[in-house]
Amino acid sequence: MNGVIETQDLSKHYGPVIAVDGLTLTLLKGEVFGLLGPNGSGKTTTILMLLGLTEPTSGTVRVLGYDPSRNPLQVKRRAGYLPDSVGFYDDLTARENLRYTARLNGLTRAEADARITDVVARVGLTSVVNRQAGAFSRGMRQRLGLAEVLLKQPEIAILDEPTAGLDPEAAIEFLGMIKELKAQDITVLLSSHLLHQVQAVCDRVGLFHKGKMVLEGTFDSLADRILGGAYRIKVETSRPDGLEPALRAIPGVTNLSQEGPGQFKLETQVDCRAEVARRVVSSGADLLGLTLERPSLDEIYARYFREVDHET
Amino acid sequence: MKREGSPWTGLWAVVLKELADHLSSVRMQLLELLIFLTAFAATFVASRQLRATVAEDPYIYLKLFTTAQEPLPSFVAFLGFFLPLAAIAMGFDSVNGEHNRRTLSRVLSQPIYRDALLLGKFLAGILTLGISLLALWLLVTGMGLFVLGVAPSGEEVGRGLLFLLGTLAYAGIWLALALMFSVIFRQPATSALAAMAVWLFFAVFWDIMVQVVAQALRPAYGGDPFAALAQLRLGLFLSRLSPNTLFAELVIALLNPEVRALGPVFITQLEGAVLNSPLPVGQSLLLAWPQFTGLLAGVLMLFAGSYVLFQRQEVRA
Repeated sequence: MNGVIETQDLSKHYGPVIAVDGLTLTLLKGEVFGLLGPNGSGKTTTILMLLGLTEPTSGTVRVLGYDPSRNPLQVKRRAGYLPDSVGFYDDLTARENLRYTARLNGLTRAEADARITDVVARVGLTSVVNRQAGAFSRGMRQRLGLAEVLLKQPEIAILDEPTAGLDPEAAIEFLGMIKELKAQDITVLLSSHLLHQVQAVCDRVGLFHKGKMVLEGTFDSLADRILGGAYRIKVETSRPDGLEPALRAIPGVTNLSQEGPGQFKLETQVDCRAEVARRVVSSGADLLGLTLERPSLDEIYARYFREVDHET
Repeated sequence: MKREGSPWTGLWAVVLKELADHLSSVRMQLLELLIFLTAFAATFVASRQLRATVAEDPYIYLKLFTTAQEPLPSFVAFLGFFLPLAAIAMGFDSVNGEHNRRTLSRVLSQPIYRDALLLGKFLAGILTLGISLLALWLLVTGMGLFVLGVAPSGEEVGRGLLFLLGTLAYAGIWLALALMFSVIFRQPATSALAAMAVWLFFAVFWDIMVQVVAQALRPAYGGDPFAALAQLRLGLFLSRLSPNTLFAELVIALLNPEVRALGPVFITQLEGAVLNSPLPVGQSLLLAWPQFTGLLAGVLMLFAGSYVLFQRQEVRA
């Protein structure tokens, strides 16, 4: 096994409440893994167990080969953690906050100052580094948190809800920074309930539900598995009537729904846009629009739970 | 399960950061100003009174600390009153404050154990108190030089330093108590009020309760000397459970060389004793040793309590 993070049947109980239930997970070096699920589904508890900040009730964890509850210092030296809605000492400046972290990591003053200058530039806070952290906006705090993670030059970055509460533009910018981490060969574990945002940066995702990881895999494989067809084709035509059976008969179409007069949505297993266009035109109607849509994680998630609820 | 790595990793980083916080915080500066002013006033008044007797008293500097003149109490009485307040003010939000600022999980995700964070906070508090006390003591001694015109003897300096150590242990009790409450209560206001309540309880109600309990458990009627002695001993025992009593006795023993006992003394025990002759420092220290260790034990117990509670606490908000 060459996993950077490995868990085996990991469970955490708070009294009668089961926060994490039998989690088995392997993260490979350099990948970006998204831990996704609604609030309270056990994502943060999992992260705390990976860092040795909470003891697992049962199961084993290995982070870079170390057991976090036995050897937390080795783990925490190599893994950076950005907590959910991170806080800083408000009466210290951003630089002083980072200096404290550097000292806790045992860096010398000169080393710390050089690294601080570097990481602050990377997250774009150079102009405000001498301002008090209390005056920072949510987005700036989040970036300062990322700077702190980078400060220890980690092998793993664990980011808990990094984009929650950010405006869309700031979120996109932040996701861009996460992509840069991947470029530096840092393994990234990020948790989020904003599925559509992290979809763009994750190599692999695990969907959490009530403490269990119910789905795991690359985005495409999940789409295949849950949605059947991985392709969505939207068709817009001038004449609504009589087209539906013709479209339904196209090989590969698994589902068809009419969204408005002349507008159809097809779920297909292959990209059959050419065939769709041919049939629309040959039926005598005008083709006004034809788009291929990739399904979103939100959709996968919603569909999966609709099916789960259906079965029970 | 054994954990690896030293629990002291990062301790000094925490101590230095907290120390800087304390020394620059407005809260601490206000308290120090208050203590300095009152102590200054008390010693000034005392020194004016002592000027008349400079030539006769070999321990004039120690009197500087203990002499009270209406309407002001003595310097040590002021310290006994204000130090618990200062210690509580420094400790009451140390852990729950980190929780509420959401810095706790961030700090604990650095390569340190929780031990270092808690001990670092405690040490920084003690250091701050120690620095203020030392400065205060030097100020008072300096003022003594000016007003009295004689230099303190080596023995007086020794007693003064021992007194400082004892005072620090007394302040440590309240600091450890406030630290423990800051672990237990999530709201800083609650932990501050709880610590103040304990302080008030020992400052005001404990002595009353001790008397009531001693009289109820060991009644002494009709002048029976043994019953009276039993009552006295029980009262003394109960009273010594309070850090305030321990501190008061410690101060008496260290700052009054003539004091030879801190409890009831029988007339037979005084046979052959030269009354009013001062004890050497070592003997006074021996006399106060149980009180001193009692205070230290209190500090250790309270700190151990907060340590256990903090280790078991969940990090997440």
